[in-house]
Amino acid sequence: MKFIIYAILILAAAAIWQLIRVVELAAKLKGVDPNRVTERDNRMNGRFFFIFMIVMWITSLWQLWAYSDDLLPEAASAHGVEIDWLMNFNMLIIWTVYLLTNTVLFVMAWKYYGRDGQRATFYPHNNKLEMLWTGVPAIVLFIIIFFGIRLWNSTLAPADKSVRLVEIYARQFDWFARYSGGDNQLGKSNYKLIMGVNELGLDSSDIASKDDVILPKSDTIFLPVNEEVNFRLRSQDVIHSAYFPHFRAQMNVVPGMETFFHFKPTITTDSMRTITGNPEFDYVLLCNKICGASHYNMQMKIVVGTKAEYEAFIARKVKFLPDAAAEVKPAAPAKVDSMPKADSGVKADSVIN
Amino acid sequence: MASDMHAHGDLHAHSLENDAHVHHGHDDHDHEHHETFISKYVFSMDHKTISRQFLVTAVIMAVIAMIMSIVFRLQLAWPGEKFAFINAVMGDKWGADGVLDPNAYMALVTIHGTIMVFMVLTGGLSGTFSNLLIPYQIGARDMASGFMNMLSYWFFFLSSLTMVISLFVEDGAASGGWTVYPPLSALEKAMPGSGLGMTLWLVSMSFFIISSLLGGLNYIITVLNMRTKGMKMTRLPLTIWAFFVTAILGVLSFPVLFSCALLLIFDRSFGTSFYLSDIYIGGEALSQSGGSPILFEHLFWFLGHPEVYIIILPALGLTSEIISVNARKPIFGYRAMVTSILAIGFLSFIVWGHHMYLTGMNPFLGSVFVFTTLLIAIPSAVKAFNYITTLWKGNIQFTPAMLFAIALVSTFITGGVTGIILADSALDINVHDTYFVVAHFHIVMGVSAILGMLAGVYHWFPKMFLRHMNKNLGYLHFWLTFISAYGVFFPMHFIGLAGVPRRYYHNMEFPMFDHLQDINVLITCFAILGACAQVIFLFNFFYSMFRGPKSTQNPWGSNTLEWTTPMKHTHGNWPGALPEVHRWPYDYSKPGEEKDFIPQTVPLREGEEDGGSHH
Repeated sequence: MKFIIYAILILAAAAIWQLIRVVELAAKLKGVDPNRVTERDNRMNGRFFFIFMIVMWITSLWQLWAYSDDLLPEAASAHGVEIDWLMNFNMLIIWTVYLLTNTVLFVMAWKYYGRDGQRATFYPHNNKLEMLWTGVPAIVLFIIIFFGIRLWNSTLAPADKSVRLVEIYARQFDWFARYSGGDNQLGKSNYKLIMGVNELGLDSSDIASKDDVILPKSDTIFLPVNEEVNFRLRSQDVIHSAYFPHFRAQMNVVPGMETFFHFKPTITTDSMRTITGNPEFDYVLLCNKICGASHYNMQMKIVVGTKAEYEAFIARKVKFLPDAAAEVKPAAPAKVDSMPKADSGVKADSVIN
Repeated sequence: MASDMHAHGDLHAHSLENDAHVHHGHDDHDHEHHETFISKYVFSMDHKTISRQFLVTAVIMAVIAMIMSIVFRLQLAWPGEKFAFINAVMGDKWGADGVLDPNAYMALVTIHGTIMVFMVLTGGLSGTFSNLLIPYQIGARDMASGFMNMLSYWFFFLSSLTMVISLFVEDGAASGGWTVYPPLSALEKAMPGSGLGMTLWLVSMSFFIISSLLGGLNYIITVLNMRTKGMKMTRLPLTIWAFFVTAILGVLSFPVLFSCALLLIFDRSFGTSFYLSDIYIGGEALSQSGGSPILFEHLFWFLGHPEVYIIILPALGLTSEIISVNARKPIFGYRAMVTSILAIGFLSFIVWGHHMYLTGMNPFLGSVFVFTTLLIAIPSAVKAFNYITTLWKGNIQFTPAMLFAIALVSTFITGGVTGIILADSALDINVHDTYFVVAHFHIVMGVSAILGMLAGVYHWFPKMFLRHMNKNLGYLHFWLTFISAYGVFFPMHFIGLAGVPRRYYHNMEFPMFDHLQDINVLITCFAILGACAQVIFLFNFFYSMFRGPKSTQNPWGSNTLEWTTPMKHTHGNWPGALPEVHRWPYDYSKPGEEKDFIPQTVPLREGEEDGGSHH
């Protein structure tokens, strides 16, 4: 089988080469230099550019139409709707520019192919024209910049203190989530405390960590619909990126610092299943910064539900240090006092955002 | 054809440079007599030989990087499928049973990127054409320092060799992506490729930076000091302007990459913590504290962004020349073109932050980078429109080079407009690091620069090897390449818009990407077609080098000085005096002239205005 494929390839190459030789010899017989570009070549390639242009229109618009269903469903967050609007606005502009300028380019190539005995027009410059195509793009770009920066600033503005704080913690190749509990404060942590079951390196001496709820790796994050959530992102080892494509949210997760992204989910998982017509639809968090061999499979499921569902969900989860002292032992190491003092809580405020 | 250059050898032109060359020429004279194979073809100090050395090395490296891309494209289209090809290329260790190993996949995308960006499109493109054309087109006998130029090539060779060697180390080559962000690249425990493979990557890049600086300084000095009589800056061909600005960008930005790499070497080997802090890996809390990987990103992209213009500007320069020659028209808006090159060069230094919108940077800083980045679209648009206007009412000669040059304008536009999305930080949030980015930069700088480079090869092949490449094979090569370039990268935008992250070994872990598999198959088919097209080129290139029909002195009817040199390669380029320049290089189809081109060596008629310095 392999032999046949190789043989076909070699024969095809030989055939093409022979064909070209024939063309060359024919040209030589006519006394023409076979490598000189003739009017016929010019006409042919000009037409090819024209055909290419038509095919380009058809295929790119076909892709736009055919693949539009394969793209992400409508944005499931408040700011995501605005991002989608701005994306469509910009897409409209760039599709127009893409189709128009390519069309003009290929029409020029087709129309002005070289003919024997013809002479080009000497036309070295035209200041008015050049001002036109400096000015028009400049104006369009300023509009794009204005809308872009406005949305960027509103999306990335620091979240209010009252917004529910949830930590996303990354390591090769798992995600963890930690809810801040009733006090809406995440307890301090220190990477030097990571040991055994204390996978996030929490400091059990910090009172704020007592009501924190840690989801085991690859568990499901539950978010109440229409309530803003502020994600604090930390990494244990390398840079990861927390990417929530359905919510149009993403932020890098960088070891040694904290980053933040907040958004408001607006569509429950159930509603999204109806919208997409896919009963198995789920929101996901995926890693979008190269982080090692299993980068392609670092994910966590996200469920958006009602407030009541959320309360039920969180009630089922175990707090980091439940009030009942007897339950403390399996969760928190006994030798906490001898461990280095946590410091990352101090850093939190000094980091941007 | 245009061999009237002898008539204009103005012998009293003993400018300072010419005097210098007389002495220089004298040294060479001795040298020439004892020329051995080694001094002529291996450790040559002649810009023409060095140019060919760069080109052939870059072609070999490009083939390696292209084969890599086919291997990982097969994996992406048919994950887990067994391919004899993968086993043949990757061996039993990385391609057991014909299935690609996940770590090897990471190494392939990393080295593919590194080779293409640095070895092919920086070293290969600038090294080949700056070396070939700067002395030729400004009328100099050679580079300012032939010795530095020779070192530049040999450091490039060492760099390429080290990179190839790194593919064969036990734990695999560097695998952290071509941007080698620490801590992933700094810690051996983070991935196998961050061991010896990464060390060799850093060694290779250090050699590369040395090569690039030696070359760049030479180009700058040569352009500034060694222009022949009459070759004012405003009479330089746009190729030279592009190479000149490119060299400045390289000289200003590569040292920053060097410091960036040096600090990484320190972190890797000497326990410092420039980029490392609070890391727990492999069951151990590292003692490094206080560093920041974000510092690395700033240093890296301070080179990294000018780097993409280091890649594209020479390609645009070559295109300017080829389009003007083959449209038989002056380039439209010469001054605007020069201004655009300068503006792009300047702006390229203040936009690096757009690679880092999502690193947690202050949103205000992000806004500043949005502004500067989108500004770069203005000079880019001016260039694109000027190319199109150059074609208007031309008498276009579709040489293979011209086809590639026109295709470059198309891909430069198509890839450029998607940059508007990525530059817009709010929109970048959802497409950052997805296939949308991969599609964008491959079209706007990968494909465009390769098309420009191929255009340059077809156009200057007669000057480099004194022979012609086969025209019809060139046509076939072009159309297959152009079609497959769009076939590969246009659909890729949609995968990105669907949210597929780059550098995933496969997408099957996410049901939400299942229905995109057809697009991946389509892309891979076009990639294979494109690779086959390059086989045609390779055959044409190497065959024509030795067996192609002999070229005439000025086969395309060009005005620039390189076509006034005799049809053999001699030291000093011109026998006798250097040519004297009397006009800009774009007097094509000037009214009232008999021929449709007037070489730069032809004096202005009485009352004739020089096109370059119009009123």
